[in-house]
Amino acid sequence: MNDKTEDSKPKGRRFKLDPSLEVYKGIWVFVEQERGQAHPVSWELLGEGRKLADRLEVPLGAVVVGADEALLEPICSDAIGYGADLVYLSTGEVLTDYRNEIYTQALTALVNEHKPEILLLGATTLGRDLAGSVATTLGTGLTADCTELDIDPDNRSLMATRPTFGGSLLCTIQTLNYRPQMATVRPRVMAMPEAQPERSGEIVRSRFALDEASVLSKVLDFIPDEAREGAQLPYAEIIVAGGLGMGKPENFQLLFDLAAVLGAEVGATRPVVQAGWVEADRQVGQTGKTVRPRLYIAAGISGAIQHRVGMEGTDVIIAINTDPKAPIFDFATYGIVADAVQLIPALTEAFRQRLAVARAAS
Amino acid sequence: MHIVVCIKQVPDSAQIRIHPVTNTIMRQGVPAIVNPYDLFALEEALRVRDRLGGRVTVLTMGPPTAEAALRKALSIGADDAVLLTDRMFAGSDTLATSFALSTAIRKLNDELPVDIVITGKQTIDGDTAQVGPGIAIRLGFNLLTYVSQIEDIDLEARRIRVHRRAEGGVQVIDTPMPCLITLLEGVNTLRHGSLPDMFRAARAEVRRWSREDAGIEDPSRIGLKGSPTVVTRVFAPKPSADPAEQLAVEGRGAGEIAVDMVERLFAEHAEVERLIHGHA
Ligand SMILES: Cc1cc2nc3c(=O)[nH]c(=O)nc-3n(C[C@H](O)[C@H](O)[C@H](O)COP(=O)(O)OP(=O)(O)OC[C@H]3O[C@@H](n4cnc5c(N)ncnc54)[C@H](O)[C@@H]3O)c2cc1C
Ligand SMILES: Cc1cc2nc3c(=O)[nH]c(=O)nc-3n(C[C@H](O)[C@H](O)[C@H](O)COP(=O)(O)OP(=O)(O)OC[C@H]3O[C@@H](n4cnc5c(N)ncnc54)[C@H](O)[C@@H]3O)c2cc1C
Repeated sequence: MNDKTEDSKPKGRRFKLDPSLEVYKGIWVFVEQERGQAHPVSWELLGEGRKLADRLEVPLGAVVVGADEALLEPICSDAIGYGADLVYLSTGEVLTDYRNEIYTQALTALVNEHKPEILLLGATTLGRDLAGSVATTLGTGLTADCTELDIDPDNRSLMATRPTFGGSLLCTIQTLNYRPQMATVRPRVMAMPEAQPERSGEIVRSRFALDEASVLSKVLDFIPDEAREGAQLPYAEIIVAGGLGMGKPENFQLLFDLAAVLGAEVGATRPVVQAGWVEADRQVGQTGKTVRPRLYIAAGISGAIQHRVGMEGTDVIIAINTDPKAPIFDFATYGIVADAVQLIPALTEAFRQRLAVARAAS
Repeated sequence: MHIVVCIKQVPDSAQIRIHPVTNTIMRQGVPAIVNPYDLFALEEALRVRDRLGGRVTVLTMGPPTAEAALRKALSIGADDAVLLTDRMFAGSDTLATSFALSTAIRKLNDELPVDIVITGKQTIDGDTAQVGPGIAIRLGFNLLTYVSQIEDIDLEARRIRVHRRAEGGVQVIDTPMPCLITLLEGVNTLRHGSLPDMFRAARAEVRRWSREDAGIEDPSRIGLKGSPTVVTRVFAPKPSADPAEQLAVEGRGAGEIAVDMVERLFAEHAEVERLIHGHA
C-alpha cells in the first residue's frame, strides 16, 4: 500500500462484487458501552451511518453487547432515537467487563449470522482493540481513524477517507471484494445527531452462552481515572487553547483564568505539550484529541495542518496572533492581530464584566 | 522466556515534505528511523529478560534497508534479529502484514517456544494500531493492548498480570501465556546500549527470511493480493472556505479590542452567549 500513496488520481472502480458477498446487506454501528454508559462516539457514528444507509437504501443496525439486559435497555432505545432501525442486543454473564477475547467472539458471531455490508466502530481504546481483532477474525479490510465516510456511486462500496502523513494529505481507502467493510472513526470527528425519541425500531435479542470457566483472561480490578479536567477535552463546549506564542509556561495561567470565567477547558498545541507546559491529554490535533466545541479561542497558535485537523469542526474560532500572515487566520471566524499575552487578560475582563452586567439585569 | 518484539522502520515524519505542485510525498532524503513507539516495546522486553532470563528476538518486515532498524535493536541489547524481506510483501495492508509476521513468529516458535510477543502501540506512518491485534488473533494468543505495566509473570503457572489502559480507567488483567502485548508509550526509558552490545551488533548476523524461508506457502495472502484494502485516491485537503474577519487593532488598546470582540461574538452568535451565561 505504501507504494500506491504516490498515486494522486481518483480511479473509476467498476468491478463485479463476488456473488457470494451479495448477501451482505445493511450498515452496522457497534455501540460502545461500559457499565450501562454509552460512549457518545457511538451516537455520532449512528448519525453518519444513517446518511450512508439512506444512500444505499438499506437498514441501519446498532450492536449492543453486555451482561445486564435491564441496564442495556435504555441504550437500545437511545440507539433507535439516534437513527437505528434495528438493535442487535447480545447479552451474557461473561460480557460484564470488556475483554477482547469474548467481545471478539460475540461481535463476530453476530456479523456471521446477520451479514452487514459495513461495520463501523469508534476509534477509542476499546474500539481500536476490538476492530483489529474482529477484522482479522473475519479476514476483511479495516480502515483506521477515518475523517470522512461516503459511498462509491460506481459500485456501492464504502469510501473511507483518512489523513495520511500527519494530515498533510488525505487518502481514500476501499475494501472492494471483502465483506463487511470495516472502519473506525475518532470521537468528535462526526457531528452529534439530534436525538429523536419518537423514532421506532426493533430489538433483536440473543443470548451469548459462554460460561466464565471457559474464558482464559480474568479482570482482577478496574481503577477508574481521577476526574481529570483535561481528559474531558473532546466533549468540551468551549476551549481556550494556547501555542508557543504564549511565550512561557507561566503565561498559560492567563488561559486557565479565561477558561474559568467561560466554563471552558484548556487545550494546547503539540510543541507546548512536548515542552511540558501542560499535560499531554490537553493536546489538540492529529496526534492529540479531536475537538468540536462551539467556541475555540486560539492564542499564539500558528494553525499548522496537524493542529487544524483536530479542531476545524469548531463553530466559532477566535484567533489571536501577532503575525497577520499566520495560517490560523485562513480559517478562523474572527482574527485579532495582537499580543496574546496582553489580549487574553483583557478578554477575561471583558467577558467577566459583560456577564456581571447580564446577571445584574436578570 | 522467549520474547519476540516487532519493530517497524518508518520515515521520520517530522521531516516529510509534500511536493507543492504534484501533492506527492517527497521521500528522498527523509531519514528512516525505528518507529518511536516500538522502542518502548523493546525496552520492556529487555527488562523482562534481564529479570527472568531468556532471549529477546526482534522481528521486522520491510525492505533490505530495514536491517538498520534491527542492528539498532541489537546494539541496545536484543539477542537475535530476523528481517522478513521479499518483494512480494510490498503493498501489504494490516491484514497481510499481520499474516506475514505471525507466520514468521510461528517459525521462531518452532526454534524456541515464544512466551510473549510485544509490539508498539501504533506506528507514526500507517498509524492504525491494527497489526498487534491481527497477530494475536492469527496466533491464537491472548491480546493485551495498551499495556502500561507488566505487574507479574508466574513462570510456573504460565500466567501474566498486566495493567492496561481502558476507557475511563486502568484494567488489571490476568491471562495465560503465550500472549501478545501492545505497549503504551512513555512507560519506560530506553537504555543506552553497552559497549559489548554495540560491537556485537556491528558484527552480528541478521537473518534474512524470504517468503519461502518464513514458511508462507500461499503468495495470495501477502502483498497487494493479500490486502483487502485498496488506496483509491490520494489528495490534498480542501483549502479553507473563507478567511477570518479581522478586528480593527490600529491605535486601540487591548481592553478596547477585547470589549469589541465580546460584543461582536455575542451579537453574531447568540448560542455561544447562552452557553456562557448557562455556565456563569
Ligand atoms: C506527524 C506530526 C504530527 C503532529 N501532530 C500535532 C498535533 O496533534 N497537534 C499540534 O498542535 N501539532 C502537531 N504537530 C506539530 C505542528 O506541525 C506544528 O508544529 C504545531 O502545531 C505548531 O504549534 P504552535 O502553533 O504552538 O507553534 P508555532 O508554529 O511556533 O506558532 C507560534 C505562533 O505564535 C505566534 N506568536 C508569537 N508570539 C505571539 C504573541 N506574543 N501573541 C500572539 N501570537 C504570538 C507566532 O506568530 C506563531 O504563529 C504535528 C507534527 C507532525 C510532523
Ligand atoms: C498513510 C497510510 C495509511 C494506511 N491506512 C491503512 C488502513 O487504514 N488500513 C490498513 O489495513 N492498512 C493501512 N495502511 C497500511 C499499513 O500501514 C501497513 O499494513 C503497515 O505494514 C502496518 O500498519 P501500521 O503501520 O498501521 O502499523 P500499526 O498497526 O500501527 O503498528 C502496530 C505495531 O505493529 C508492529 N508492526 C507494524 N508493522 C510492522 C512491520 N512491518 N514489521 C514489524 N512490526 C510491525 C510494530 O510493533 C507497531 O508498533 C496504511 C499505510 C499508510 C502509509
